[in-house]
Amino acid sequence: MIVTNDKRYTIGILVQNVPGVLARIVGLFSGRGYNIETVTAAETNEEGFTRITLVTTGDERVLSQIVKQLNKLVNVIKVFDFSETEFVDREMALIKVRAEQQTRAEVLRIVDIFRAKVVDVSPHFYTLEVTGNEGKIAAIVALLDQIGIAEIARTGKAALARSKK
Amino acid sequence: MKLKGAQIFFECLKKEGVEVVFGFPGGAVLDIYHEMAEHNIRHILVRHEQGAAHMADGYARASGRVGVCLVTSGPGATNTVTGIATAYMDSVPMVIFTGQVPTPLIGDDAFQEVDIIGITRPCTKHSYLVRDVNDLATVIKEAFFLARTGRPGPVLVDLPKDVIQAQTDFKYPKKVGLPGYRPTMEAHSGQVVKACQLLAKAKAPVIFAGGGIIISESSEELTRLAHLIQAPVTCTLLGLGGFPATRPAASGASEAEPLWLGMPGMHGTYQANMALSHADAILAVGVRFDDRVTGKVSTFAPKAKIIHVDIDPTSISKNVEVEVPIVGDCKNALLQILEYFQKEPIQGMAESRGQWLDRLAGWEKEHPLTYSNSRELIKPQYVIEKLYEIAGREAIITTEVGQHQMWTAQFYKFDRPRTLLTSGGLGTMGYGFPAAIGAQVAFPDKLVIDIAGDGSIQMNVQELCTAVCNKIPVKVVIINNTYLGLPRQWQELFYDKNYTGSCMEGSPDFVKLAEAYGAVGLRAERPEDVETVLRKGLSINEPVFMDFMVSAEENVYPIVPPGKSITDMLLT
Repeated sequence: MIVTNDKRYTIGILVQNVPGVLARIVGLFSGRGYNIETVTAAETNEEGFTRITLVTTGDERVLSQIVKQLNKLVNVIKVFDFSETEFVDREMALIKVRAEQQTRAEVLRIVDIFRAKVVDVSPHFYTLEVTGNEGKIAAIVALLDQIGIAEIARTGKAALARSKK
Repeated sequence: MKLKGAQIFFECLKKEGVEVVFGFPGGAVLDIYHEMAEHNIRHILVRHEQGAAHMADGYARASGRVGVCLVTSGPGATNTVTGIATAYMDSVPMVIFTGQVPTPLIGDDAFQEVDIIGITRPCTKHSYLVRDVNDLATVIKEAFFLARTGRPGPVLVDLPKDVIQAQTDFKYPKKVGLPGYRPTMEAHSGQVVKACQLLAKAKAPVIFAGGGIIISESSEELTRLAHLIQAPVTCTLLGLGGFPATRPAASGASEAEPLWLGMPGMHGTYQANMALSHADAILAVGVRFDDRVTGKVSTFAPKAKIIHVDIDPTSISKNVEVEVPIVGDCKNALLQILEYFQKEPIQGMAESRGQWLDRLAGWEKEHPLTYSNSRELIKPQYVIEKLYEIAGREAIITTEVGQHQMWTAQFYKFDRPRTLLTSGGLGTMGYGFPAAIGAQVAFPDKLVIDIAGDGSIQMNVQELCTAVCNKIPVKVVIINNTYLGLPRQWQELFYDKNYTGSCMEGSPDFVKLAEAYGAVGLRAERPEDVETVLRKGLSINEPVFMDFMVSAEENVYPIVPPGKSITDMLLT
């Protein structure tokens, strides 16, 4: 039996928004054999800076190496290791679900319960927008799967450290 | 006044104090070559771009300055990759300028286009594609700054043809703005105190030093500390010369330094490996616990508490567990440790150290580095011992990779930093000869000698033309055993003597080859010829190949079989 101490970790990375910066980060992960489960990246309110949120798996030694290796990249301004701080995280999913006459009401009930939104309607499908943490997304996906999901697009996690009191 | 990008390139190089560029032209960089004659920068035209990269590397390792090479796009750029990776693994400050197709063509698979930034991303410290001539000066300034500061390394600057043709006002920035780049230079004083307390209590300490000692120019501090706390020293392959192997003797000659243990690891000395394995405290400085040093990691230094000083936090706790991590410049940390022990001498040191040093001396006596010499066959170790006798501590020695490299590490006595240039991390055959040319360019008056194998020398032998044309009088000692020696040794010991692929029969006559290039070729076939050939070869002020026909199946001992603990040495 293989015993692993692998855990999931969420890492925030503030980087200079220069060409190739994302390639440097994902290249570091693939080159050194680290996992990427999800990665999101977009500009921040400050011009020239991008915030990346990345979910990875590994043991503590791997996480520590990942944080140090990321810090070593010249374009990386700051790395937030969320295993050490409280943080809030959300992801968004667009889910195209089969919505025939007999299932529409059920879909709408689920939308209501999860505070999701219907963002597109066609004769046979509804496209839903749902936001939440991973657990919530997983729960709605599991329910909608019973009705019939045609396509799904998830953003992956975005995270910020909680403000100090 | 507006300047062309190509002119700005040279103005920047002058601001950085660059005196020499190793290069090879091509379509994408001809604008730069067109300007070259107007600027007082020496250009060494190589015969293969890999040679240019290794020359820049050898120049940098020998001098401590940033090595520079200039090549064209596409194949010119890809040919430098091995040289860049070599420099990256061994933390060598280098800036590599590559030509690139004009920006409007990038991505269209244009002639001689390659994504060299993408190709070299994992083996450069950083890299830049310059898209606007207005960024050129800033990028070059940053490239040199990154290459030489912190943990040094190669930085690549990709120059599209239209950018070096475009014009702008030249202004060299005074400062660099790199908000994400802040190497920790100063060691944390609290950690230093912890380290010193640990060392003060130790009964069996060992200092384990690496290339960081050479890079941070702290061999003097290391030597003072070792003597002050009477701690024996072992240096990695890249650290050799960081601590003197010999000391002046009363007779005026030199003798072995008692605190010197030799190199540890796979081909390390018995006493160095035993010392690390029995130490209760290890002060590791500027090392990264490479697998060739640690052997089986789980059994490495089982009794020791480890203090690890390194400027690169990723090197610490990467391969081995560390008791006291210290991030910072080796020199700064060593100075702080010295200061501590000057104020607080270790109580009862003479007695406790006496026992430990006696034990070490016992191990050395038990299994010293040795070989059986012969009257019939030239022993490779004998060639290197003789070379040391004649060339001595002042010479700069480079090596290729293989048995000759390990024998050099074992039998040449390095007393000074920057006198051994060798590819340790990447293990690049073909490194030593161009690196020697680069070192000779940095030090025209020194004796620069590449110790090579008959396999390795053929990997960049074309650079003999570079040496001859530029009157660079490097010497090459070829340890010719007609085999790829290390693979053959492994095949003998671990692969049932199946010598597939390691036999080098059919190699050229190296004497004639040297002569064909316009260099001098000499050969020794019997032990009594060795000294004569060496003395003659080293006295000629031209490039010389000295071909030593050595006993073919000599092995490097000790050897720790791959995957074993460093105490599991095969000694003969």
